[in-house]
Amino acid sequence: MLSTDSVDAYYGLFQALFGLSFSVSPGETVALIGSNGAGKSTLLKTIVGAVGVRRDGVRLDGEDVGGDSEPRQLARGVALVPEGRRLFGSLTVLENLQLAARNGRSGPWTIPRLMQEFPVMKEFQHRPSTALSGGQQQLVAISRALVCNPSYLLCDEISLGLSPLAVNEVYRLLSRARSEGLAVVLVEQNVTRALAESDRFYCIQKGRVALSGKSAEADHAKVAQAYFGM
Amino acid sequence: MQIAIETLVGGLMLGALYALFGLGLSLSLGVMRMINIAHGDLIVLGAYLCSVIMQLLGVGPFLSLILVVPLMFVIGMLLQSLLLNRVVGGGTLSPLLLTFGLSIVLQNVLQETFSADTRSLQAGDLALRGFHLGGVSIGLLPLLSTVVSVVIFAGTNWLINGSHLGRQARAVADDPATARLVGVDDRNFFALITGFILAVIAIAAVLYGIRTPFAPSSGPERLLYSFEAVVLGGLGNIWGTFIGGVIIGVAQLFGAKVSSGLGPFFGHLVFLATLLARPDGLFRRTQR
Repeated sequence: MLSTDSVDAYYGLFQALFGLSFSVSPGETVALIGSNGAGKSTLLKTIVGAVGVRRDGVRLDGEDVGGDSEPRQLARGVALVPEGRRLFGSLTVLENLQLAARNGRSGPWTIPRLMQEFPVMKEFQHRPSTALSGGQQQLVAISRALVCNPSYLLCDEISLGLSPLAVNEVYRLLSRARSEGLAVVLVEQNVTRALAESDRFYCIQKGRVALSGKSAEADHAKVAQAYFGM
Repeated sequence: MQIAIETLVGGLMLGALYALFGLGLSLSLGVMRMINIAHGDLIVLGAYLCSVIMQLLGVGPFLSLILVVPLMFVIGMLLQSLLLNRVVGGGTLSPLLLTFGLSIVLQNVLQETFSADTRSLQAGDLALRGFHLGGVSIGLLPLLSTVVSVVIFAGTNWLINGSHLGRQARAVADDPATARLVGVDDRNFFALITGFILAVIAIAAVLYGIRTPFAPSSGPERLLYSFEAVVLGGLGNIWGTFIGGVIIGVAQLFGAKVSSGLGPFFGHLVFLATLLARPDGLFRRTQR
C-alpha cells in the first residue's frame, strides 16, 4: 500500500498541500479530481520525491519513504508519467524506452512486448520523440514508465489536449496495465471518465481532500460541489 | 607552396590538440549547462601533476599518465560532487562565479607550490623526431597528438550516441527533472561526467606540456582557445568542437608565419569573423 499521512507540501513560501491523507492499494485504480491548482499534481510529485516532504509523510508497504529522490522511488516501484508527456527530444522513441528500461526494475513489461501490443509504436520507434502526434507521444510516455515495471503508476493529465480517439488508445494501454495487477493513480480533468476508469476517487480542493469515496457510488451533484467549492 | 602546406599540416595538428582542450568544455556546457572558467587551470594542474609524478618515479610523461588519468578522474568526481553540484542547475551565473573563484584559487595554489617559473615535460627525443612525406616534414609528436585527439573524439561521440551513458547524458541535457523520473541520478551522473572531462584534460595536458612550456598562470590562455573551439564549432556538437579547434590551430600557425607574435591574434580574428557570419557557430545542432 502506498499512502500519504497528513502531508504538507510547499513551493518556496507557498503552501500547496494541507495535511492531505491519501492511499492506494496494490491493484487498485484511484482517481484524483479537482480544479486547476488544487494540488493534484503536487501530490503526485510529493510521492515520487520531486517535491520535498518529511520522512513519514509518504509510506510504502509500511516503510517511511518520504523525501527520497525520484530514482530511489522508481527503484521501489513508484513511477510517474509527468504532465505534458515530457519525452526527451534528443532521443528517439526507442532510446526513450531503452533509457527507462535500463534504469528501472525488471518484470513483465519489456520494450519488445510493448511494440508487439502497440504496433504503431514499432513504426515510429526510430523517429525523434518530438516528431510524433500528441497521442503517440502520450503512448510513449506511459510506455516509458511501464518498462520500469512499477507497482504503482502515477499518471498526471494523460488525456490533456488529445483527440477523443487518442484518449481511447491511451486508456486501452492503461487498462492493459491494470489488468496485470498494477495500481494506478489517475489525475484527470474529465470527471466522468475519471470516475468510470477508477475504483475510488479523491476530490481535492485547495490542497485538501474535499470529498472521497467509491467511484461507482459517486454522487455527481456532491462531486461538482466539492470540485468547484460552491 | 611547400611552406604553406607545412603550415597547414602543422596547424591541423595543433588544432586537434586545442579541440581536445575544448571537448571537456563542450561536454560540461552541453550536458550540465555549466561553464567552467577553471577549465584552463585544471589543464595546467594536470600538467603539474604529471611533472611531479615524473620526478617522483623517474618515468616519462606518457607512462605517468597511468597514474595521472585516474588521479584526475577522482579529482573531477570530488570537485563535482563536493563543490560544483551545489550550483549546477541554478542558472548560469552561479557556476560562472564559483568556477571563476576556483580558477583564482588554483592559480595561486599552483604558484605557491611550484613557484611562478615555467616548466615543460621532457619526452626525450620523441619531441624532436619527425619524418618527411612528399616533401612535407611532419613531427612525430604532433602526429601522435592528432591521432590521440581523433580517437578520443570518436570514442566520446560513440558514447554519446550509442550507449546507455550517452542516452542519460542527452536526457539530462534535455530535461533534468524528467530524467530523474526515469531513474537518472543527475548529481551522481554529473560527477561521472566531470571525472571523465578531467581524465581527458590529463591527456591533453601532457601532450601540450611536452610541446609548450607552462606556468601557473597559463590557464586562462588555454581556456580561451578551448572556448573558441567550442563556440566556433557550435554548442552541443562534439565534432563541431573538433573542427572549431582545427580552424583556430590553422589560423594561429598562419598568423605566426606572418609575424611570430601574431599567432593567437589571427586565431581570435578568424574566430570573430566566423561568429559575425554565423553567430550560432558553424555546426549548431538544429533547434527543436
